[in-house]
Amino acid sequence: MLGALTTLLVYQLIGEVLVQALALPVPGPVIGMLLLFVSLWAKGGIPEPLRDTANGILQHLSLLFVPAGVGVMVHFSRVSGEWLPIVVAVLASTALAIAVSALTMQALMRGSNNAGGRK
Amino acid sequence: MTPRIADIWVYLSASPLLGLTITLLAYQGAYWLYRRAGFNPLLNPVLLAIIMLVAALKFTNTPYQAYFDGAQFVHFLLGPATVALAVPLYAQFDKLRAALLPLGGALLAGSLTAIISVLGIGWLLGAGETTLLSLAPKSVTAPIAMGISEKIGGIPSLTAVLVIMTGVSGAMMAKYVLDALRIRDYGVRGFAIGIAAHGIGTARAFQVSEQAGAFAGLGMGLNGLLTAVLMPLMLVIWRLI
Repeated sequence: MLGALTTLLVYQLIGEVLVQALALPVPGPVIGMLLLFVSLWAKGGIPEPLRDTANGILQHLSLLFVPAGVGVMVHFSRVSGEWLPIVVAVLASTALAIAVSALTMQALMRGSNNAGGRK
Repeated sequence: MTPRIADIWVYLSASPLLGLTITLLAYQGAYWLYRRAGFNPLLNPVLLAIIMLVAALKFTNTPYQAYFDGAQFVHFLLGPATVALAVPLYAQFDKLRAALLPLGGALLAGSLTAIISVLGIGWLLGAGETTLLSLAPKSVTAPIAMGISEKIGGIPSLTAVLVIMTGVSGAMMAKYVLDALRIRDYGVRGFAIGIAAHGIGTARAFQVSEQAGAFAGLGMGLNGLLTAVLMPLMLVIWRLI
């Protein structure tokens, strides 16, 4: 587990360094994720400890959002000053994004299934 | 007796132990309630934990920064967690390749819908520019969204709050939206939740079905990547117009 955690941190570090050095428009951990993905691909499998550690962290993914969420107390004044546009925009946009993603994927899956059936 | 309790409080409130411990306690308490309610989406554990913690901090007059000095150890794990997403992403690689066109189409449509609709609705209802820029990456997982927000001129910490609002509301409403649209495939359901409501939606999807969770993780990772590339480009185009 220690080795796997170190692996994750090393990839994050490489990602951060690359972002700084090349002035990339994406955050360091995202580059780290891409590099780890490419490494796993090159390796052709996921080492057992890495799989366990990754699953362990991702299982409690929602816990990791709590500290930043409590930050709402700092932004109370802005959020309450503009609460109507913020709340309506977030709720409506989230519902729309779920609906559009799901409907598009379902339609394209039916399309490719039909195309496959005709072969 | 009272002065001693006050002394202990002064000591504890200066150490990171308290912020870290109450974060874990609040989350586990919230999760226990959520599980007892049969994973009812309306009792989202992130929302409950945040409400409990904000109430506790307000009640004890503790500033957010003092709390965050302890809670940052949990917050820090968002970085390695983002890197760790490569693992389920790779594990689902075969499914990803098999459904490349539906996934790609849904990703592009969902990602653009999330960005354009939040900007459009916010702008129509009179949100200011900084708020709009902070809202733009709201469907993307927090570490990526905060990075994007910083790059395009939003307030990263405000973005974090809006991202969490989005995730919590997505996790709460997804079941009802998808049921109303009669979408039954767990892959499709999960992927849509991951695109629109990132990690909190993904956590919710994992509680419903493993397949939905895996696809949600995929949607979250891909949308994070796509938005990180798309948003600065969109802003450049916007400024040109």
